[in-house]
Amino acid sequence: MSGLFTEAFLTSLVLGALTAGLPLMLAGLGEQISEKAGVLNIGIEGMMLFGAYLGFVVAYYTGSVWLGFLGGGLGGVLVAAPMALFCIRMGLSQIVIGIALTLGAEGLTALLHHFQFAQSYPRLPAVPTLAIPGLSAIPVIGPALFDRPPIAYLAVLAVAVTAYVFRSTQFGLSLQAAGDKPAALDAAGVDVARVRTCAVLITGFLAGIGGAFMSQVGAGIFVPFMTNGAGFIGIVLAMQARGRPLWVLCGALLFGACLSATTALQVAGVSIPTDVIQMLPFAAVLMVLVLFGRRASLPPALGTHYVRGAR
Amino acid sequence: MSETTQIGGDALLARRSGAWRERLRLVAMALGPVLGAIVLSGLVLLALGVDPIAYYGYVVDRGLINPYGLQATLTRMGPLLLIAAGLIVAFRAGIWNLGGDGQFLLSAVIVAALGPLLVPYLPVWLVLLVGLAVGAMVGAVWSLLPALLKAYQGVNEIITTLMMTFLGVSFANVLVKLAFRDPATTVPQTRTLIVADRLPRLFDTTVSSGLIIGLVAIVAVHLLMTRTAFGLKLRIVGANPRAAVHAGLNVPLLTMATFALSAALAGLAGAVEIMGVQGNVRADWNPAYSLTVVPLVFLARFNGFASIAFVFLFSVLSIGGESAARRTGVPNFFTLVVVAILLIMLGITEYLDQRRRAAGK
Repeated sequence: MSGLFTEAFLTSLVLGALTAGLPLMLAGLGEQISEKAGVLNIGIEGMMLFGAYLGFVVAYYTGSVWLGFLGGGLGGVLVAAPMALFCIRMGLSQIVIGIALTLGAEGLTALLHHFQFAQSYPRLPAVPTLAIPGLSAIPVIGPALFDRPPIAYLAVLAVAVTAYVFRSTQFGLSLQAAGDKPAALDAAGVDVARVRTCAVLITGFLAGIGGAFMSQVGAGIFVPFMTNGAGFIGIVLAMQARGRPLWVLCGALLFGACLSATTALQVAGVSIPTDVIQMLPFAAVLMVLVLFGRRASLPPALGTHYVRGAR
Repeated sequence: MSETTQIGGDALLARRSGAWRERLRLVAMALGPVLGAIVLSGLVLLALGVDPIAYYGYVVDRGLINPYGLQATLTRMGPLLLIAAGLIVAFRAGIWNLGGDGQFLLSAVIVAALGPLLVPYLPVWLVLLVGLAVGAMVGAVWSLLPALLKAYQGVNEIITTLMMTFLGVSFANVLVKLAFRDPATTVPQTRTLIVADRLPRLFDTTVSSGLIIGLVAIVAVHLLMTRTAFGLKLRIVGANPRAAVHAGLNVPLLTMATFALSAALAGLAGAVEIMGVQGNVRADWNPAYSLTVVPLVFLARFNGFASIAFVFLFSVLSIGGESAARRTGVPNFFTLVVVAILLIMLGITEYLDQRRRAAGK
């Protein structure tokens, strides 16, 4: 136990929290945008998984990290587009379609992986990092926080951008109205379906990048079912954050720390079966729900299809 | 006089043909998505470079025509029917119990550990009864937290039940690897319940009597939900919780009852799968039946009898698919794709039907 508080342990804990937490944050941020607009996006797990797959494939064949992330985002959008079509345009149940998309993405990526990579299991080279001069020299947190792949900084920037959009732009206001009182938005002359479609596609893009982050930065490899519930944790993060993007970031880092505790403890020489560790984030989520469940507020029109003129 | 009977007869005839048309419409709305899903999944196979006709032929042969395959299919139906029964209770009461996989797996692990322990002390029939009871109880206990949170705090049960599933699957693995591990094997697994101590087989076949348990359960659930006051109460809660409160129903209590019943049936499915088919639980075993049964129950419109038909269809697909996986090299994940496409086709059919009816008005 003497090794528990060494520099190496702390650095690996912070680093792990960031690596495991950023995909959760991207998913939570995306889910928050959907939920704000009144769409309960259960398909986000599928969006992440397809993003993870497509991001890996693009990065593997082009050798470009950036194209990989773009591919991941597009992968997420590819799964989000049917969600927008079926749930927002056609008014089908968001939960049923969400489950269908998640199952479909799981099956399809596992099939494609089986036919493409099951023999070889190729790995991606490590993603190059960008050290921020000065800050990265701080002991312990410096190398963990300020010597990361550029996409990590962009992801954190996305939180600020989302917060700004929510608070100070017309689109942010439209999003909020689409979730709180779509009829009012409609009366003001804004197309509710269009606002919600935008929200769902943005969600897909962010979730897809989150997935690509997992396969490109986190693992360096694509494994079937690799997101393992990260999308669902994102949904909880979004619920608990109650519309505030910064809270999503904090929550995600907390969960990330939970997830990365295994590797950090292994560095410190404590061995725990992986199954116990895998329970940690979900136990944490349930604990949060038990303690603060009553206060998780959701937009009134969440999950309901908007039909113009219907009462 | 004769004229009036004539008119009455005509009206009766018209009504009867209307009822027939309605029935035909329902059948078409159930079979349409199935056919669509088979065709679209065939296109997916084609894109992967597999001959869909050969694949489906193999699936039908190994899941339906081959006697051993058919018996395996019927055995597979037992736990699936129990899961479907649990989902029908929950969905009709407007509760999204998506945690069936965790409830199923934990119950399976505990029953698998308990069974061989009891065998030396109790007669076989009592071991089986205790196993079934314990399985149902474990399932119900695993749904207690989501039930309490939903009933008294209003926390969305989709999230909590999914979280409990992830937690339950990992917990089941921990139990198999650390607590209930059979010391005689190198691969972590529980002790095995020998074939003679399992659920009896039907007549001279290899079909497990789990099939009978499943059929009884789903018919009982169907009657419970459609023919009893309790079922009516649950359906009122499902249709409009606020109206249910005004009608003087104890909504939190009914919510708890729904969760308990639904999860107990999922737990029972776990017990039936272990004591009828598997005999033990290997580490990392998770068939994830529950999420794949969800679409079937939707397709059946929460009707117990229609669910039997769709569970049969799915069992053929899944048993045949397992054989086909070895022969044609298409992994079993393909079934997931079929189910996903089926759900989407179901949604589209519903949408088209609504539009058609709106146009007819």
